[in-house]
Amino acid sequence: MAVQARVAVRPAVQAQARRGPAAGRVVLHGFLIAMCAVWVFPLVWAVYEAFRPVGDTVLHGYVSLPHQPLTFGNFVSAWVNADLPHYYLNTLAVAVPGVVLTLLVASMLAFAISQFSWKFNVLVLLIFTAGNLLPQQVIIIPLYWVYLNTPMPPLLSDNGLLYDQYIGVILIHVVFQTGFATFVLSNYMKTITREITESALVDGANILRIWWSVILPLCRPALAAMATLLFTFIYNDFFWALVLMETGAKRPIVSALNNLQGEYFINYDLLGAGALLAAVPSILVFIAFQRHFVRGLTLGATKG
Amino acid sequence: MVGIPLAFDLALIWGPTLASVLFSFTNWNGIGRITGQNFVGFKNYTTLFTSYLFFRPAVVHNLIWLGVLAFVATPVGMFFAVLLDREIRGTRIYQSIFYLPVVLPLVVVGFIWELQYGATTGFINNFFGLVRSHHIIDWLGDSSINLVAAVVAASWRHVGYVMVLYLAGLKSVDPSLREAAKVDGANERQTFFRVVFPVMAPINVIIAVITAIESLRAFDIAYIINRGKNGLELLSTLIVNNSISEASLVGFGSAIAVVLLVISLVPIVTFLVAVSRREQA
Repeated sequence: MAVQARVAVRPAVQAQARRGPAAGRVVLHGFLIAMCAVWVFPLVWAVYEAFRPVGDTVLHGYVSLPHQPLTFGNFVSAWVNADLPHYYLNTLAVAVPGVVLTLLVASMLAFAISQFSWKFNVLVLLIFTAGNLLPQQVIIIPLYWVYLNTPMPPLLSDNGLLYDQYIGVILIHVVFQTGFATFVLSNYMKTITREITESALVDGANILRIWWSVILPLCRPALAAMATLLFTFIYNDFFWALVLMETGAKRPIVSALNNLQGEYFINYDLLGAGALLAAVPSILVFIAFQRHFVRGLTLGATKG
Repeated sequence: MVGIPLAFDLALIWGPTLASVLFSFTNWNGIGRITGQNFVGFKNYTTLFTSYLFFRPAVVHNLIWLGVLAFVATPVGMFFAVLLDREIRGTRIYQSIFYLPVVLPLVVVGFIWELQYGATTGFINNFFGLVRSHHIIDWLGDSSINLVAAVVAASWRHVGYVMVLYLAGLKSVDPSLREAAKVDGANERQTFFRVVFPVMAPINVIIAVITAIESLRAFDIAYIINRGKNGLELLSTLIVNNSISEASLVGFGSAIAVVLLVISLVPIVTFLVAVSRREQA
């Protein structure tokens, strides 16, 4: 993309010129290292507590060197007692369909908005984008009522409603995130010349086929970035499943933490272990797809 | 292709937005049907503005949240971005560390900070010997300080977010502008404030919008600490506590939701204006 290309060609000479004198660089690195230490400390502390046997903590105080070897004991108890694997699966049941459906819907919308000129395309884009910016709590009261009163076929819902169902939580994620994903993808698709779509239409391809086999392959980098970002957004969500799901055992892991906190994570060592276990998928996705992740965010913020 | 998603968006987002406005003029409790008798005019708003004890604190708390994110966390994030935009060794590692909190669920951010703030069991009080000397500061339980404690946790995350957005913006600034400023004898600070910052106006708007929206949406950290009470009241937690989790005052909670909506329209409209200008350009 234009942004990256421009950075790549920034001449080495200019880079040299922007380097300060050696003393300045030492101060800069010193400052950055100190700041990084401050930033990473809360997490490191959580890791330390999580690895400490609770008996050792009680005996010697929270801020003390370990007198017993560090173990995975807290992780094991958090994992087994709170039945965390079950909640990870709940999350998958929401996040996988959520990401796939959002990408399908948003890429279709973005395709229609960016590749064709029609009267209301900017308006439609604004409706979706603005919807994504609303605080969730603005709509939650009527939405809660809608979920309690919308009948669903038994195939999709075991209580005949949208409330307390995976389908309901998936649905609100898809609708809400479509706003953001459409905005980002349409920005990206604008960089694809319309001539591609136009010539495919002339060749007799239908619109769905152009979307699926011409445009989507061209958007692979943006789709990968969005998939990473959407997975993290949906994984990290606390609010929707907290309010729209009543059965604690059905909730995805992040929403379930609210109950697990009081029930199973009864001391701070266990709480640290539980928090870290819940954070592991987010951190893994970040490490594996860091470039996609950052690009997804910045695609939305900078022009194409 | 456009119609079905649009119908869902209207039904599940914009419909409920309008319904919130409608409900706010009723005393409906969510059970049965709304009839003409449920309409009470502006009564909910009068109660809200005159006699409801938690409304003013919640507004103030949201403003403090916004103030800290906007005037502390955001400039710090920008500063980090400016430092890391140079070609220095290890810039990727620095960036990753500042960015790490952004990928964590806010609830986990809340837990991690509970481990620092805990009255007798947290890091801070133990490290500074406050537990041993019985001068315990109850960071999360004392209603005069727990909001600031929660905002610090939120800022921990917000800084990295702003840094990444700003780095992308800085990279898109034409390097020849900086060169020209240098040739004209400007130092680094002058170059940033007089040349780079102004040409980054579009991204500055986006960061301002994101910061405002994040502050208005603040919910997870406050809710996980104490369900948004005793010093942590926010508009978002009042809505949920009044109308869903603890009571079913649909009308009254909706009036709070409408207040939140009206405030949110400021950043949202700002953003939409910026986007439509860009669409026309």
